Amino acid sequence: MARVVVDVMLKPEILDPQGQAVQRALPRLGFEGISDVRQGKRFELEVEGPVDGDALARIQELAETFLANTVIEDFTVRVQEADGAERPVPAASHAASEGAAA
Amino acid sequence: MTTRIGVVTFPGSLDDSDARRAIRIAGGEPVALWHRDKDLHQVDAVVLPGGFSYGDYLRCGAIARFSPVMESVVEQAKAGMPVLGICNGFQVLCESHLLPGALTRNDHLHFVCRDQRLRVENDATAWTSDYARGQEITVPLKNGEGGYVADERTLDELEAEGRVVFRYLDVNPNGSRRDIAGITNEAGNVVGLMPHPEHAVEALTGPTTDGLGFFTSAVKKLVTS
Repeated sequence: MARVVVDVMLKPEILDPQGQAVQRALPRLGFEGISDVRQGKRFELEVEGPVDGDALARIQELAETFLANTVIEDFTVRVQEADGAERPVPAASHAASEGAAA
Repeated sequence: MTTRIGVVTFPGSLDDSDARRAIRIAGGEPVALWHRDKDLHQVDAVVLPGGFSYGDYLRCGAIARFSPVMESVVEQAKAGMPVLGICNGFQVLCESHLLPGALTRNDHLHFVCRDQRLRVENDATAWTSDYARGQEITVPLKNGEGGYVADERTLDELEAEGRVVFRYLDVNPNGSRRDIAGITNEAGNVVGLMPHPEHAVEALTGPTTDGLGFFTSAVKKLVTS
């Protein structure tokens, strides 16, 4: 079993009022020097079977169609190995696997 | 023959019974549709009501989009059936890509609940033919995530093609780009807006009866077509 982590963030040009509210609260709590906060979502997917190209292509697809709304959000996918090591999955591998499937 | 207009109930829908009542007052026959049932029961049009479908988990409307009933709604909407999305229904239409853009959290972070003045910018859609272009109406507005956003090119396109159907007057209550309260698709059969016309159809319960025109527009259009 391996874990795949999908991070979803609002695109830079989309206003993030929640992040701004967090940022504005920081000085009040005594935390100085934080100029900006953006808030996002993290999904941890426990994958049955091998995390191979096919599995990652499916996860890219589910991230793109469901976990993120790509009109307003960007997402990244990375694999977390059992020993804790992380392996980023470049977005290009999605396009490549799509090409292979077509 | 009366016009049959379906109203979908998702888990977490709130305004489905008000939508059905508005259809009845407008002279149509409301038909209750269930989110797990793909069958649209031969309705002539569909309303996606307000509320918090599937608890608004993930994103507003994101899970409702994948419900069985939406498969049929998307298919029929693409074939020209009139579809109106109100508030959460608007969010579902954007998530389904029947309408462009997305709804984000209100810029001031507060839930807003007020009687909202709007200007009707397009009186040629299936849901606005009983209004006049430029007419000002007042209907309730209540949302926490009603800020309409889209990229500049999409916004320019919507403006150029006359697809901004409603604009907020007096105040922009949620940070919507270009004061946009509602939009339509290219064909004019799919309309989505954040304000709630179904709550303004009777003097007893609404601030006005300005919302009735949505439902009489659809009933008339379908009787004559």
